[in-house]
Amino acid sequence: MSLQITNLYATLEDGTEILKGVNLDIPKGEVHAIMGPNGSGKSTLSKVIAGHESYIVTAGSVTQDGEEILGKSVDERSRGGIFLAFQYPSEVPGVSNANFIRAALQARLPKGQEIDAVAYYKNLYSKMDHLEMDRKFTARAVNEGFSGGEKKRNEILQMMMLEPEYCILDETDSGLDIDALKIVAKGVNAMRSEGRGMLLITHYQRLLDYIKPDHVHVMAEGKIVRSGGPELALELEKDGYEFLKEPALA
Amino acid sequence: MSYDTTDVLDHETREAIDIDRTKGDFTFPERNKFDAGRGLTSATVDYISDVKNDPDWVREFRHKALKVFQDKPMPTNWATKDLDAIDFDIIRYYLSDGEKPKRSWDDVPADVLETFERLGIPQQERAFLAGVEAQFDSEAAYSNVKEELTKQGVIFCNSTEGLKEHEEIFRPWFGKVIPTGDNKFSALNSAVFSGGSFIYIPKGLKLKQPLQAYFRINSENFGQFERTLIIADEGAELMYMEGCTAPKFETATLHSAVVELVALKGAKIQYVTVQNWSSNVFNLVTKRGIAMEDAEVRWIDCNIGSRLTMKYPGVIMKGKRARGEVISIALANTGQHQDTGAKMIHAADDTTSNVVSKSISVGEGRSTYRGQVHIPKHLKGCKNNTECDALLINSHSRTDTYPAITVKGNRHATQHEASVSQVSDDMLFYMQQRGLNEGQAMSLAVNGFINDLVREFPMEYSVELKRLIDLEMEGSVG
Repeated sequence: MSLQITNLYATLEDGTEILKGVNLDIPKGEVHAIMGPNGSGKSTLSKVIAGHESYIVTAGSVTQDGEEILGKSVDERSRGGIFLAFQYPSEVPGVSNANFIRAALQARLPKGQEIDAVAYYKNLYSKMDHLEMDRKFTARAVNEGFSGGEKKRNEILQMMMLEPEYCILDETDSGLDIDALKIVAKGVNAMRSEGRGMLLITHYQRLLDYIKPDHVHVMAEGKIVRSGGPELALELEKDGYEFLKEPALA
Repeated sequence: MSYDTTDVLDHETREAIDIDRTKGDFTFPERNKFDAGRGLTSATVDYISDVKNDPDWVREFRHKALKVFQDKPMPTNWATKDLDAIDFDIIRYYLSDGEKPKRSWDDVPADVLETFERLGIPQQERAFLAGVEAQFDSEAAYSNVKEELTKQGVIFCNSTEGLKEHEEIFRPWFGKVIPTGDNKFSALNSAVFSGGSFIYIPKGLKLKQPLQAYFRINSENFGQFERTLIIADEGAELMYMEGCTAPKFETATLHSAVVELVALKGAKIQYVTVQNWSSNVFNLVTKRGIAMEDAEVRWIDCNIGSRLTMKYPGVIMKGKRARGEVISIALANTGQHQDTGAKMIHAADDTTSNVVSKSISVGEGRSTYRGQVHIPKHLKGCKNNTECDALLINSHSRTDTYPAITVKGNRHATQHEASVSQVSDDMLFYMQQRGLNEGQAMSLAVNGFINDLVREFPMEYSVELKRLIDLEMEGSVG
């Protein structure tokens, strides 16, 4: 049971190749981190897994528990259990957070079945308490006028409410102060379980001080170039990405 | 379409269908005793006057109006050329079965009753309305108001009854807020009007429940020309709601109403419209209210249907501290043009007007906002706020804003804001990544866009509105 990415190639609409043969296996129960310099293709990988239409997959496969998902639409993948916490979450003007999350949950139910409002709010409030979010938050429009930290917390809240099988967190640590980072990490750690695989995409080691990954990968030029345990992140923190320039690794 | 769809459609979809345009898309065979025939001449006007047994002053009023209508050019110099597609010679100007409006649904003919039952009118009346008038082609089939209101002096009947039986109240205001010559279509209505409501609320009486009118077109090539006059006496308050549907015919249908509101000193009138005509109806309507000292007139207007709607509800603030408001939502899908707006005429000191307009253009649908705010130099302390926001969904749609704010003198405060936005690809991707399909995501974005205005509608209508929009949006993608 894993999210398996095999020999994945993807280009932009203008033909620019961004992913150049990515191989990655994220079994349920494990947390993987991808690190790498800017422009290495980390964010693109997350969007391609989610099904963003701006990228064209030219080769390879992405399977979820053995089933190919590349032909599926964005919303099908979401309902199937793929969640992406956005680096820059969109605003949805006029739509309250509570209604937005409710609509997302409703979209997962069989037709004709309605969400129980009382149980929904009970669940929502308990998750918000966990993330130390004010109750007023439910009535505010999705991400509208949110600070960077509030947006990221909102992403984690949605993740906790939707209970996906595979979570991809794209630069969730960027723009967070240390207190917000701790709260976000607390939410993510609460989500770790045997039935869930996670992929953290980050530029810095900082996030990994609070969320201990099982495996760390380095991405450069559209490929995974190194994989290792948590110690790899520390090594990168110390030495930077200089090693990428060494001819032996090219 | 068939209505026995229980097996194929789930509950939610059926419920949605129950309020969408397909719900209005059925017709019964015509059995008209009175038919003015096609085309409009002075003989048509006489025919209508004869059938309705008009008093002489009304017959004269109609003939004068016909002359004005014939003399006035189509306003295609500023409005859309699509108006030229109306063929006045094939339209039928009066159709009725010759029956008087019934006070009980039991007395309404079976086919007409079935029509209004399918549209949910008797059910709504029982649930939350103080009175209902249901018009079928040219005449009201049903008209009733709660007995205790009649005892308190409330008058709620059709215009024919109003002008005959309540001439002393009706006549002084009839055609005064909107003169015959206001525009070509107000003149047309004045020549051939039939049906519509006459309402009088006595001094100090505040209605707790709304009054409702429902306008139904059943016949092809038919023109519906209802005429409504509402008078709220000093300190009186009421909310009036109107809805409308028509089957989808092959050829164009014309609906051209005139609605006049009179709010005397300290009175409040709220007029709510949910317009859902089928997409071949030309909806060319003139609506205006006059507000005396400390009075308030609010138009809450939603246009979802029709091929072309031209409607600019107005308020003349005639007395000191009078208030006027237009809250407007327009949704233009492919094949539709919603040309809407507001007219705010300040005619006394310390008067306040507010216009909030939101339009959504989808596919090749087109939305136009036309506003007119007039504050003359000799007044002081007048305020106007105008906001127009447009939401475009996909690149073919078009939106135009023509605000005309004439403020003279320097003792007034006005502000105007306008915005155009789009449902961006990023927003769509974000919503889809949470599991909403494209239609659901669009619906949510549109509902968010108009959310603050929908709250102004009575509960029962805001639910219907939301469903109509969901349906329009889901039908417009994929």
